[in-house]
Amino acid sequence: MHVPDGFINAPVSAAAGVAAAAAVAVSLRGARKELGGHPRAEDLGGDRLAPLAGLVAAFVFAVQMLNFPVAAGTSGHLLGGALAAILVGPWTGVLCIAVVLLMQGVLFADGGLTALGVNITVMGVVTVVTAHLLFRGLRLVLPRTRGGVTAATFVAALVSVPASAAAFTLIYAIGGTTDVPIGKVLTAMLGVHVLIGIGEAVITALTVGAVLAVRPDLVHGARGLTAPLKLRVDGELVDAPKLRADGELVDAPKLRADGELVDAPPAPAGTPAPAGAPATRSPRKFWIGGVVTALVLAGVVSFYASASPDGLEKVAADQGIDAKAEEYEHATADSPLADYGVKGVESARLSGGLAGVIGVGLTLAVGTGAFWAARRRGRAADTGARV
Amino acid sequence: MGAGHAHHLYRRGDSPVHGLPPHTKLAAVLGFVLVVVTTPREAVWAFACYAALLAAVAALARVPAGFLLSRLAIEIPFVAFAVLMPFVVPGEQTTVLGVSLSVPGLWGAWNILAKGTLGVAASVLLAATTELRSLVLGLQRLGLPSPLVQIASFMIRYGDVITDEMRRMSVARRSRGFEASGVRHWGVLAKSAGALFIRSYERGERVHLAMISRGYTGTMPVLDAATTTRTTWARALALPLAALPIRLLALLG
Repeated sequence: MHVPDGFINAPVSAAAGVAAAAAVAVSLRGARKELGGHPRAEDLGGDRLAPLAGLVAAFVFAVQMLNFPVAAGTSGHLLGGALAAILVGPWTGVLCIAVVLLMQGVLFADGGLTALGVNITVMGVVTVVTAHLLFRGLRLVLPRTRGGVTAATFVAALVSVPASAAAFTLIYAIGGTTDVPIGKVLTAMLGVHVLIGIGEAVITALTVGAVLAVRPDLVHGARGLTAPLKLRVDGELVDAPKLRADGELVDAPKLRADGELVDAPPAPAGTPAPAGAPATRSPRKFWIGGVVTALVLAGVVSFYASASPDGLEKVAADQGIDAKAEEYEHATADSPLADYGVKGVESARLSGGLAGVIGVGLTLAVGTGAFWAARRRGRAADTGARV
Repeated sequence: MGAGHAHHLYRRGDSPVHGLPPHTKLAAVLGFVLVVVTTPREAVWAFACYAALLAAVAALARVPAGFLLSRLAIEIPFVAFAVLMPFVVPGEQTTVLGVSLSVPGLWGAWNILAKGTLGVAASVLLAATTELRSLVLGLQRLGLPSPLVQIASFMIRYGDVITDEMRRMSVARRSRGFEASGVRHWGVLAKSAGALFIRSYERGERVHLAMISRGYTGTMPVLDAATTTRTTWARALALPLAALPIRLLALLG
């Protein structure tokens, strides 16, 4: 869905172009750091930016052609913003998507040349930045395991797609060449893109999971997940010498004093859990992670869901305040949580989000209660049962 | 890789349009699209003139009309949006063949269709007459920052390699009896995508080391620094310069 020429008016296209250029310029600087230059890059004069970012851009370009069948002959493909952000980091991600969009515009006439700024802003910057921020936020609260990374990836990719659609709608609202009811457009765009986002989220999470299983060190979003390499020396675990960026070992203890080779255990690719936190998932952390995910989802989803009456307000405003009030009442009257939504909070969006969060809380309380009751009974029935 | 990196839109030829330096063509297309986009949509005749100008360029470049028209299919998602507009846009209504349509919606749909189509057609003409490598060189000469140019040229150089790698993986999957038919098979496809990423990234690392060992210093040498004369610029810019008076007339009219 590349925006063609003539869709967004010239001033807004130009403004989006300036924003996109600024984002790309900042990303150029950040990506250099992200891709980890050669330690002696200054002497050798070559940093890794061009070949690595170029190959990642080629990967994004190729993976957008990989068809994922949905049902009955229809299929979809990845947009890749969230995937790039998590695999190679936000700066390189923005850069790669921007280059892909530029090349698609020039080589394949995909997306208008004057709309290039809009396309880069909406499909590159917004998706990558949303996915990255959300991912980082979730990584703070989720357990530091592969499961945690996969869950964070899922949510980040899920939200990045509707966020991009919302950004497009916003740009259209400011600079659209035709006045369409923005509320309707937003509802339709978000509805469709939440569905697309679910597909994107599943595929992105699976793909990141696949990379994580083989080369966890390549996943930018999972840095710090790999345990430091330990060597077993005389039956004791000692820190392995650090690997320098150019692949050489720093003061490697190749031979012990008595001339025996020190055995290094196999690379920790398969066992990324740090030594401090054993691989078994702590139920408490898992529980907290689940609750936070549910709360974020509820808040975000109901924020979007209740965005439609808010958008319609704009239309309603033309027809007078009566219509607005009527519509407002109607939107909240159906909900059993109507009181939570309306009484305290003015904004329809905020109240919707609050209602979602409260709903999660209630569900959680009921669910936990039921779970506890079931567990108690299970214990009473069979004292030897494993919990 | 040895085949000169021709992309599928490129049509080999030796027309005057093919011979123009790439950066002048890029500038011309950008200028033309800018003129088109800023033309008021009520000036229907102006868009007909623009289309005629593009047709003249296509004839000069010996790009067949069928090829040009088939590439316009890329617009289809937005055509769907445009078709919806007369039904959803509020405002003055008119009746066409018994269906009530909104007038601003019709204008909006026309606006998107006309400008989008002209923009795509101009871009297709550019891509059909310019080789891949020279397009990137053209972007460089128009002042695209050097790191971006390098990333773009790496993407183009290895785009086919990575795509072929993906195709080989697909052949391997199918030759083992795998057929993706639904959501249940996403796991396998995603694992392929993951493997493709690892292969691409590792290839990037190897390419970088190979470049360093051959004396890469962070910039690529420019081999063909041909100077552009004023006549070639004038020839290239004939398209937007011809479009400009039409737009000015349309503004007056």
